Amino acid sequence: MPSENASIEIRELYKIFGPTPEKCVALVRNGVSKADLGREHGHILGLDNISISMPAGKIQVIMGLSGSGKSTLIRHINRLIEPTSGSVIVDGRDVLEMSELELREFRRNRTAMVFQRFALLPHRSVMDNVIFGLEVRGMERAKSREIGMRWIERVGLHGFDTRYPHELSGGMQQRVGLARALTNDASILLMDEAYSALDPLIRTDMQGMLLDLQKELNKTIVFITHDLDEALRIGDRIVILRDGSIVQQGDSQDILLKPADDYIARFVKDVNRGRFLKVGAVMKPLTQSETGSLPRLDFDTTLETAAKRLADSPSDEAVVTGDGGRPVGYINLRQITSALSTAAEAKPDE
Amino acid sequence: MDWLFQFPQIDSELLLSLKRTIDGSLRALTRTYGQSIEDFFYPLLQVLIFFEKLMVGTPWPLVILVLGAIGWLAARNWSVVAAVVATLAAIGLLGLWTDAMKTISLVFTATIFAILLGIPLGILMNRFERLRKVMQAILDVMQTMPPFVYLIPVVMLLGIGRVPGFIAVVIYAVPPIIRLTDLGIRLVDKEVLEAADAYGCSRWQKLQKVQIPLAMPTIMAGINQTIMMALGMVVIASMIGVQGLGLNVLQAIANQYFTQGIFNGFAIVGIAIIFDRISQAYGQRLQKHRGATHA
Repeated sequence: MPSENASIEIRELYKIFGPTPEKCVALVRNGVSKADLGREHGHILGLDNISISMPAGKIQVIMGLSGSGKSTLIRHINRLIEPTSGSVIVDGRDVLEMSELELREFRRNRTAMVFQRFALLPHRSVMDNVIFGLEVRGMERAKSREIGMRWIERVGLHGFDTRYPHELSGGMQQRVGLARALTNDASILLMDEAYSALDPLIRTDMQGMLLDLQKELNKTIVFITHDLDEALRIGDRIVILRDGSIVQQGDSQDILLKPADDYIARFVKDVNRGRFLKVGAVMKPLTQSETGSLPRLDFDTTLETAAKRLADSPSDEAVVTGDGGRPVGYINLRQITSALSTAAEAKPDE
Repeated sequence: MDWLFQFPQIDSELLLSLKRTIDGSLRALTRTYGQSIEDFFYPLLQVLIFFEKLMVGTPWPLVILVLGAIGWLAARNWSVVAAVVATLAAIGLLGLWTDAMKTISLVFTATIFAILLGIPLGILMNRFERLRKVMQAILDVMQTMPPFVYLIPVVMLLGIGRVPGFIAVVIYAVPPIIRLTDLGIRLVDKEVLEAADAYGCSRWQKLQKVQIPLAMPTIMAGINQTIMMALGMVVIASMIGVQGLGLNVLQAIANQYFTQGIFNGFAIVGIAIIFDRISQAYGQRLQKHRGATHA
């Protein structure tokens, strides 16, 4: 079961809750609002025309507050929830057209899921929880324990394999949840508010661990969160949901620099921009080839780091370098300060 | 004004003929199929006799040893073992050993049958919403109908003896295990079930790896209640030929032997305590690892 990469393509997905959802899809397509659908037709609009294309091997964050439909959305990818209309295509195969048996195989081999409240089996030891997916597949025990042990160590639970979930702290329980998902060696990792129930410090640790793991594993990760800091930190791509529809899609720089509307602007306002904005997104384009003795900054450097580096150097301007150290632009302290302080107006080329 | 004080009942002729028809056809049924019904239950009779012989025929020290060992295995607690041994000794000293063994063997087999019948029914009831509604109505009737009433058709069909008594005990004792199996499965955490689905469990895998183990403490509570109900029914079942402590109580009632009644009554209580402690302790040991998950 090598985990080759898998892209996920969600197309025009609708989910309506109620007694006769099929009849309401047409109404929603014709522009009936969520409020009207609830009031006049007695149905709840869960997801409204969602289309997302998630590239293979990247971390796709889906962000939204409670009730925005994010948990409903992630459950469509492994079809824990049936959509009312639309398609979910993983590697060219529509998940929604799979038979019960095919779906089971798909879930066993292609996806793994981490849950907000861990969803561990309380009557099983850490090891038996971790190898649950392999056991369901029917792998022989000795072999699965070997794989399980590797992941238990990898998530930092060395020596805890014979313990039971209730003996562990929340953070450790979620490590078990993560190890269970990784042991499955699936190409798609679905993380439903996986870190929301954890303390801030532990959450930061776990985010770091996920990013480290992702460097070597290159899985397609779908990560649900209600925390913008978390979204900006780990998301290669971010989708922001509100009331079941997409408000904005893009990478962290797009969200921070060009919030699509007031709703997102309000979110973005309280974020520590210096930690997430990168010099590549706020630099001036290269005007002359003379780069001289200016300090050099990689285009992925955060503004926070860039400001510190410039403050420590004699010059207050630096050359931004792209792939392979090639100069791609300039940045100076003034631009950095401006990008840090302005909310929505900052444009990369001012 | 007569009609105000006399409820307008169905014509008494009609009622009488209704009763006659039903009872008559039941009797006719018994006459025609009596032998085949008896043949059908013959294996059951053999099982009952086997267990009774086993309990009565085994030397008493061995019985005490085995029951004490079961107490230890289930509870891992010496005070439970001590309670089991002391109760059995007291029963023996009062001269009720053989009767107590008969009662224990009946309650034991009835409980096994009730479990074999009740857990699958509880699972089915949990799976099919419509079946649950029907079952719930039936269980309500079963639990409120006076047991004497359903002794009548059992006796009409099977006469008097071990098998009809056993059937009456099982019918009386099975509702709690059905209900609590259903309840236990329903109480399993939704997110854990979702995890089972997300990892590709088949229905059977989900049932066997997740639902049943997590429902087990509740199911054990059901088994415990079932045992208590079966013990309670032993006295009533003695009216249709079940031997053991219940029969002694029945004789005591008929002859106003107060002391005999008290002794046998306490022996039943003692057996109840043994079964209860063992099954409760086992149920609690099952819960050892399910302290609330941190959230």
